[in-house]
Amino acid sequence: MKYKLQPMLPILPLLVLLLSFLAGSAQTAVSGKIKDGKGRPIQGASITIKDTYDGATSDSLGAFQFKTTEKGEQTLLVTSIGFKLHEQKIIIAGTALRFDVVLKQEPNELTAVTITAGSFEASDTKRTTVLSPIDIVTTASANADVTGALKTLPGAQQVGESEGLFVRGGTAQETKVFIDGTLVNNFFFSSVPDIAQRGRFSPFIFKGTVFSAGGYSALYGQALSSALILESVDLPDQSSASVGVSTVALNAGFQKLSKKKNASWGVNYNYVNLIASFALIKQRPDNFKIPEFHNADFNFRVKTSKTGILKFYGYFNYNRLGVRRPDIDSTILKNAFDLTNFNLYGNLSWKEKLGKKWHLYLGASYSTNTDKIGNELQDQHNQVVTAASEPYDTKSFQVKQYGDLATIKTVLERRLYGLSAIRFGGEYMYFTDKNDFTNKYTTSFINEADDHFKAAFAEADVYITNDLAAKIGGRFEHSSIMEKTNIVPRVSLAYKVGSKSQASLAYGIFYQKPEKDYFLRGYAFNDLLYTKATHYIANYQKVSKDYTLRIEGFYKKYEHLIKTYGNNNSGIIDSIGNDGFGDAKGIELFWRDRKTLKNVDYWISYSYLDTKRDYLNYPYAIQPNFAATHTASLVVKKFVTKLKTQFNGSYTFATGRPYYNIRYNNSAGKFLIADQGKTIAYNSLSFSVNYLPNIGNPKAKRFAVWVFSVNNVLGSDQIFGYNYSYNGLRKDPILPTSRRFFFLGCFLSFGVDRSDDVINSNL
Amino acid sequence: MKKMFIAVLSVAIAAQGFGQSEKFTKAMTAAIAKWDSAKTADDMQSISATFERIADAEKTQWLPYYYASLSQVIYGFMKNDMANNDAFASKAEALLTKADGLQPDNSEISCVKSMIATMRMLVNPQARWQQYGATIQTELENAKKQDPANPRPYYLQGQNLRNTPEQFGGGCNSAKPLLEEAVKKFEAFKPASAIAPSWGKAEAEKVLATCK
Repeated sequence: MKYKLQPMLPILPLLVLLLSFLAGSAQTAVSGKIKDGKGRPIQGASITIKDTYDGATSDSLGAFQFKTTEKGEQTLLVTSIGFKLHEQKIIIAGTALRFDVVLKQEPNELTAVTITAGSFEASDTKRTTVLSPIDIVTTASANADVTGALKTLPGAQQVGESEGLFVRGGTAQETKVFIDGTLVNNFFFSSVPDIAQRGRFSPFIFKGTVFSAGGYSALYGQALSSALILESVDLPDQSSASVGVSTVALNAGFQKLSKKKNASWGVNYNYVNLIASFALIKQRPDNFKIPEFHNADFNFRVKTSKTGILKFYGYFNYNRLGVRRPDIDSTILKNAFDLTNFNLYGNLSWKEKLGKKWHLYLGASYSTNTDKIGNELQDQHNQVVTAASEPYDTKSFQVKQYGDLATIKTVLERRLYGLSAIRFGGEYMYFTDKNDFTNKYTTSFINEADDHFKAAFAEADVYITNDLAAKIGGRFEHSSIMEKTNIVPRVSLAYKVGSKSQASLAYGIFYQKPEKDYFLRGYAFNDLLYTKATHYIANYQKVSKDYTLRIEGFYKKYEHLIKTYGNNNSGIIDSIGNDGFGDAKGIELFWRDRKTLKNVDYWISYSYLDTKRDYLNYPYAIQPNFAATHTASLVVKKFVTKLKTQFNGSYTFATGRPYYNIRYNNSAGKFLIADQGKTIAYNSLSFSVNYLPNIGNPKAKRFAVWVFSVNNVLGSDQIFGYNYSYNGLRKDPILPTSRRFFFLGCFLSFGVDRSDDVINSNL
Repeated sequence: MKKMFIAVLSVAIAAQGFGQSEKFTKAMTAAIAKWDSAKTADDMQSISATFERIADAEKTQWLPYYYASLSQVIYGFMKNDMANNDAFASKAEALLTKADGLQPDNSEISCVKSMIATMRMLVNPQARWQQYGATIQTELENAKKQDPANPRPYYLQGQNLRNTPEQFGGGCNSAKPLLEEAVKKFEAFKPASAIAPSWGKAEAEKVLATCK
């Protein structure tokens, strides 16, 4: 038997083969319907019998039918974009078959709901983008300053007398800036009394911007109101050199991309001198040292693998300036302020995919900042005056402020099912601050404050369905200078209400340690607490290619704000405490339309803010002097192809802000409001023109951009507040340094055709 | 007996093989005919699925993957639904990657790569130009190098320029020489087989006609 069977065996498959050939002529009809989880028909799904040509595509009713010559057990595959693959075993035995298949939705970043409450994002890739990076440099009023453009978004105040973002009733100190994940100290140039300073960094080094006006992620902390999260650019497209000449600056730069396009390095140098501008544009203060800045930066970027990139950005700045103004307590004396700033900043970050599901983000940064400030009381001949009586005796002083920050942060992310993910990590920050103060009464009065600040955080993105997502996080912090820890929850929810619209909610507790000055000035305090804010945010947004609509309402509660105590009007603070409190509520609207007017892109934002707080020396809760009730902006951009020119305009309006003269009342034994009022409303119309003569000439060896801009075209009166004299009898308005400001510049780049940026912003 | 068995077996295998390749060519010819006559986006999507079925069943043929990807791209353009362009592009890209794996450095495949980049760019030209504009250019240059006789990269480049405003270096003046070159190359072009890519002549002539 054995012998006989053996040669027969290989013939068996042959017989099967032959049989199947014979059977080939018999066809079986297969039909059915394809639906989604909600019972809606799916059009365009592909139905296939695995490893055969047989199959069909579903029609608009989700129905399909086809004939097959296959027999026996087979696998039926159903695929459709946006749905998970459906696989099922079927038996074809000659009789007609019918299948109704329900496809499961594939979690998809493009269609899934995203958590947006509280934040505005400017990036190239994200669907939720409200502004693109180009928008930041083409906003007329922004003067190519990152925060200038953000001030046209709802939530931010128009504060002209000091730098920073004042968000939803918060002070500028309540907004923190992060570059590639780590906190940046001294993001703005050092403060000058009553003159807002710009951000230090060029907007061109950032590819992504998230401006969170509240309810931000547990990955960030120590900002009561707002987080500005910036992401630096990756490798350039090609090597290039650039030169710029303008009414305020000269600059040159070079970027080199390696042949394999996996690494690059670059250097830039920028020299700013306002002498020409100030000669042409009359300045209100007397600039006895014309502002002069030297900035240099260096960067390198290396692709560490297909998915990883290592980036370094190093920055150096040295600048000097001096402004002289009449002294408010005298008719003949002057007050001269001079400042020298030295700043060094370095940021190293590494992003890498570890295996299939893990991502690693590593960031380290270091900065050192020195401000040398001198203030002098001078006579009509600009000579020092030494006065022994109050309030003149303390007006001349010198202070050297040193601030260093070293920080390291690690975030690990693990992808879970679908789009869900968990993130966790930690950060360590070492702050060292030193003040060296000298005046008539003290020589080199040195105070130091060091803080070892540690934080650990975890956060989960949970996609319950494609349409419903939650972000749940927690953060633990410890500050050595305060010897206190805190743990805070952060929760956001988002629900997709339509194909283009969604609603979100966010809640979170935010702590911030008191500003370093409170530790550096020798004030008395016992047991300082973290200042605290609790945010509640509700948001609705509808985003399509041509329109963006956002409506957001918020309520923010402040606790443990810093109160300052003293017993006279000299401004000397004896002690501080944590008894301050306040709240802010409001509604904000944002509308952007790229379609209705041909070649015109515009946005409108409006903020309503109702806020009161009792902090510093306020006698009770009042509307702070940096908060306007109504703020609105209109930004318009139009490219005229024939003229190769882009025209940008922006108009901002804000109702008047309150101002107060808060004086110590000896009989009451406390601070009281001696005088108060409201400034005139703020109006500013700005205009800029970008002319690109080489546009459309792909053979041009160099590419030029001419920029002309005017701020406050109409010359509207702008008053930011009032300063009061020591005796309270005189008040002087705080005004911009000039009524208007003009800028003209020409920027040339060689090797890379920048016209692409401009062309395509208008396609 | 043993010899006979081998003889039968080899005939059967040969018949199977022959039958298979004939079946493939027949299915491809039918699908390409349907593809040529497709009128609506939905037709195009359904044909893409047909090519994908053939490709997945064959596994070693690049052409059905190529056509599946190409018709997915054309479906995307016909559908003109920017919000979903990325999803269509990803699908087309997945199919093309398989074709590319089976037939590396192919001029026709490079052409489709540039079309996919165009589709992605159109989602948000302002923000995406830098990234995808470069890809479109590189892939078309690759296509020209890989097969200098292939008219399609010239046609695609000409069409891209035709659709770019004059002020930006586009328009008829710059598109015309490329389109004329494409038409000339189409006249001389001989597809490698009955099912090899041969599309684009009529389209190139149509675009060129708008410049006269």
